[in-house]
Amino acid sequence: MSAELTQSGAEILLRALKDQGVEVIFGYPGGAVLPIYDALFNQNAIRHILVRQEGGAVHAAEGYARSTGKVGVVLVTSGPGATNAVTGLVDALMDSIPIVCLTGQVPTHLIGNDAFQEADTTGITRPATKHNYLVKRAEDLARVVHEAFYVARSGRPGPVVIDLPKDIVINPAPYAEPAAQHPSYRPRTEPDLGQIAKAVALMKQAKRPMIYAGGGVINSGPEASAALTKLTRLTGFPITNTLMGLGCYPASDPQFLGMLGMHGTYEANLAMHDCDVLLAVGARFDDRVTGRLNAFSQGSQKIHIDIDGSSINKNVPVEVPIMADAGKALNALLAAWQASDDPVDKPALASWWREIDGWKAKDSLKFTQDMKRGGIIKPQYAIQRLFEITRARGKEVFITTEVGQHQMWAAQHFHFEQPNHWMTSGGLGTMGYGLPAAMGVQIAHPDACVIDIAGEASILMNIQEMGTLAQYRLPVKVFILNNQYMGMVRQWQELLHGSRYSETYSAALPDFVKLADAFHATGMRAQSVDQLDDVINAMLDCPTAVIADIAVDQAENCFPMIPSGAAHNEMLLGPEHEASGAGITDAGLALV
Amino acid sequence: MTPRAPDVPSPARNLVHVMLSPTDTTQRSATISVLVDNESGVLARVIGLFSGRGYNIDSLTVAPVDAGGLHSRINVVTSGTSMVIEQIKAQLDRLVPVHRVADLTMDGPHVARELALVKVIGTGEQRVEAMRIADTFRARVVDTTLGSFVFELTGNVEKIDAFIELMRDLGLAEVSRSGIAALARGTRVI
Repeated sequence: MSAELTQSGAEILLRALKDQGVEVIFGYPGGAVLPIYDALFNQNAIRHILVRQEGGAVHAAEGYARSTGKVGVVLVTSGPGATNAVTGLVDALMDSIPIVCLTGQVPTHLIGNDAFQEADTTGITRPATKHNYLVKRAEDLARVVHEAFYVARSGRPGPVVIDLPKDIVINPAPYAEPAAQHPSYRPRTEPDLGQIAKAVALMKQAKRPMIYAGGGVINSGPEASAALTKLTRLTGFPITNTLMGLGCYPASDPQFLGMLGMHGTYEANLAMHDCDVLLAVGARFDDRVTGRLNAFSQGSQKIHIDIDGSSINKNVPVEVPIMADAGKALNALLAAWQASDDPVDKPALASWWREIDGWKAKDSLKFTQDMKRGGIIKPQYAIQRLFEITRARGKEVFITTEVGQHQMWAAQHFHFEQPNHWMTSGGLGTMGYGLPAAMGVQIAHPDACVIDIAGEASILMNIQEMGTLAQYRLPVKVFILNNQYMGMVRQWQELLHGSRYSETYSAALPDFVKLADAFHATGMRAQSVDQLDDVINAMLDCPTAVIADIAVDQAENCFPMIPSGAAHNEMLLGPEHEASGAGITDAGLALV
Repeated sequence: MTPRAPDVPSPARNLVHVMLSPTDTTQRSATISVLVDNESGVLARVIGLFSGRGYNIDSLTVAPVDAGGLHSRINVVTSGTSMVIEQIKAQLDRLVPVHRVADLTMDGPHVARELALVKVIGTGEQRVEAMRIADTFRARVVDTTLGSFVFELTGNVEKIDAFIELMRDLGLAEVSRSGIAALARGTRVI
């Protein structure tokens, strides 16, 4: 080391983070990262949020990233710190969320010696990340940090781990500016204009077109959502969103058919099934969307825009693949559509809309709420009221969820007008995601209303983060739809396993009002429909964090539903269908 | 035969413009060459991709291929339906340390060679016959004792398979194969 090296690796690390625009780190200290925490102590540029478990740190960073479009940053110690972070990393990988996770590691000379709190972090996280690094030389440190941020946010975003041996952060290290370009990783973002022309030609000829937009549109930035909205309105095509895509097109727009897929609307799924031209943007044809693959949208010619080449032709072969950034491709489509003189088949489009309106008339999300005093609250109604009351109040609202029935009901009954306001664990389906994610959102948007729509089972998976809410006075609202069951699993047991409710009843639940109290938050409870609005209003008025325990109908199932292994036109619309077990085959039973 | 300098921008991978069919279950073999950064973990990343996604590896070779030792070439022989092979290429292509992916089987004619060391233990007429066949195959003797040979043989996979098959009756004791190294014919480079 030359004499000019006056900064430790930890200081160089923080300098690189600062140069990357990092303002917040979510983390938890430990032996291997003590030098980094010491460096954090001596500066004010970067704020550190102390979580209560490392898994919470990653979800918090995900919430932060998804609500801001920035890279979320995590700092955890070696061994258990890193292994606790793994679920969050896979979650971010599946949902394409840009995260840089700094993990401590035992000093380089101890690596491989089974040292205290040693784990093979790069080995464990290799399939859990987009990329990972083990920094073994001081001179690589700054370069690797810059590169990690570039990799995390470029192309299809994802989590990147940097494993930092303790000696690397203690010893002096040189600084390096970010490189002009990465030697190998340069994902293509510009669309092939020949393919754009093909796509427009196909779209112009369409008699029964459909747009299917996913999280890739949101990841591409607000301009992509704006371009999608413009294109959809210009073409007059119907549009559906995936769970991850909600908010990329305004839900109140008459061309919006709601979410598609397993718990999507009747009209969205039937339009997918019957369309003749399908424009897929930033969506990956996953099994929750397609249902039975050999019955998925068989009559359509497909255009697929995706920044990740491996998402194209993976599950569903497409006629017009366009490997590009969603926003750039949508703007190119928009320009090409406007420049094209080809006529549109207006009568066909009008008759297609009449057909769609017929499906809409089924009102597949309907439910019946008993409005009498003491009436049992339907979970759908609770979300509907939460939506209506928050909308009437006019404050900016961010929604996170846990995983299960409440998540699907939230997706169905809470409507999003803009991107980056809906944070849910889509690909991995991680129970316990919502509370820490809400925490991260609230850090990024201190004045907004941040609500975690939760189930009583999911919320317990990361309930310790209530402590973080208290420490940083984060007024997150936890809105629990409490049916005392792991509702989605119970629903599958009812529909697929003869109502044998094996281990899905949440016996011995905590008193959530007292639990809130113990965590310096405010607890409240609604037992019946007449109490619901008051509780929602009190929750929204409350300056502190809140747990609102909403007792809901225990028997309610989430409909509509495409059973596993069934096709889009084999939906179960409601309880009247479920007794027949319609559409559930042995092959379907074997699927997840 | 030096690979292109790594600072040449990576051409966007050619997406398949021919229609793939999920119902086409015909299996094909593909020899795929991948130019990667020669850094620790890169082989694990490639192998992990194959095992994690359930793809086959029929043969795998890896070694640095430039003077500075900065880049390695991985040659992998795999098999699957056209959709699976395209998926493998796309998955490889999006790995961060991967510079280029070439499907030598699809992109045009290529040469593929493998090296094998074959130990044959025997005496008398068997030993003479083994030596005679080795001559025919242009195998070299790289070690010998009064009771054994180690033959070195290079060639395509079929040739090596055929030689090993013949040695089975002549005292075949042990085989070590390199896996294939492959290059496109003509002026094309990866």
